[in-house]
Amino acid sequence: MKAYFGRRYMLSASHRLHSAALTPEENLAAYGKCNNPHGHGHNYVVEVLVGGAVDAGTGMVLNLAALDETVQKRVMERFDHTNLNLDPLFVNRVPTTENLCRAVFELLDGTVGPAKLEQVRVEETENNFFEYAGR
Amino acid sequence: MVFLTRRATFSASHYYWNPAWSEAENARVFGRCSNRNGHGHNYTLEVTVAGEPDPVTGFVVDLKWLKDVMERDVLATYDHRHLNLEVAEFAEGKAVPTTENIAIAAWKRLEPAVTTAGGAKLSRVRVYETPEIFAEYRGEL
Repeated sequence: MKAYFGRRYMLSASHRLHSAALTPEENLAAYGKCNNPHGHGHNYVVEVLVGGAVDAGTGMVLNLAALDETVQKRVMERFDHTNLNLDPLFVNRVPTTENLCRAVFELLDGTVGPAKLEQVRVEETENNFFEYAGR
Repeated sequence: MVFLTRRATFSASHYYWNPAWSEAENARVFGRCSNRNGHGHNYTLEVTVAGEPDPVTGFVVDLKWLKDVMERDVLATYDHRHLNLEVAEFAEGKAVPTTENIAIAAWKRLEPAVTTAGGAKLSRVRVYETPEIFAEYRGEL
């Protein structure tokens, strides 16, 4: 019997939206105040959705403690209280929340066995969020 | 196709225990949740139905009707109850009342009424155990 399990995590990080492919004027036009040279920060909510068969013995899709440990090691330790622009993943990729969402998916994909990673949702503020399902 | 979701809350106690395992094994797998004195949560039940809006009423289903079905088929049995001790599907030796199994059990309780009513199909049942933890069941895919 397939079910889905979701868990929300919070991380705080700073970023600046700036593309090397654009002129200073174009960057300002595209990113507005998010282009501020000194950056700014958010409390991001990362929602991880996994799917799989419910184990007959445990009644679980996967062990929550194991998921927490994986997310802690692969995502939180990497991004929490950091400047996203300095992470190697964002050297050539603007750290928009779309790209952060995709990066989190790629860091977790294949590491949440026996379940399958179904979707990552990142909320940048209470009013905007992004979802990536790996395709 | 339009999806319509209704939320309701219930409070219940539970513990995780597999009688086929030793006490040590239960403690290892379920941690603090295996304490047989139980503990409780404020759960949020989110029920999503899908269908075409009725040309006359503009409703996928009548929200008051859905509220009553959720109340009668789920909340009346789960709210302010001990799930292991008072709800048949979670009796010892049956399903462990994990969030996953609560989502599946709530689906099974709701599905006949939604299907019988015609019009809309049950699409998704999501159960939040805390604001940070939820499980979802979408039927047999």
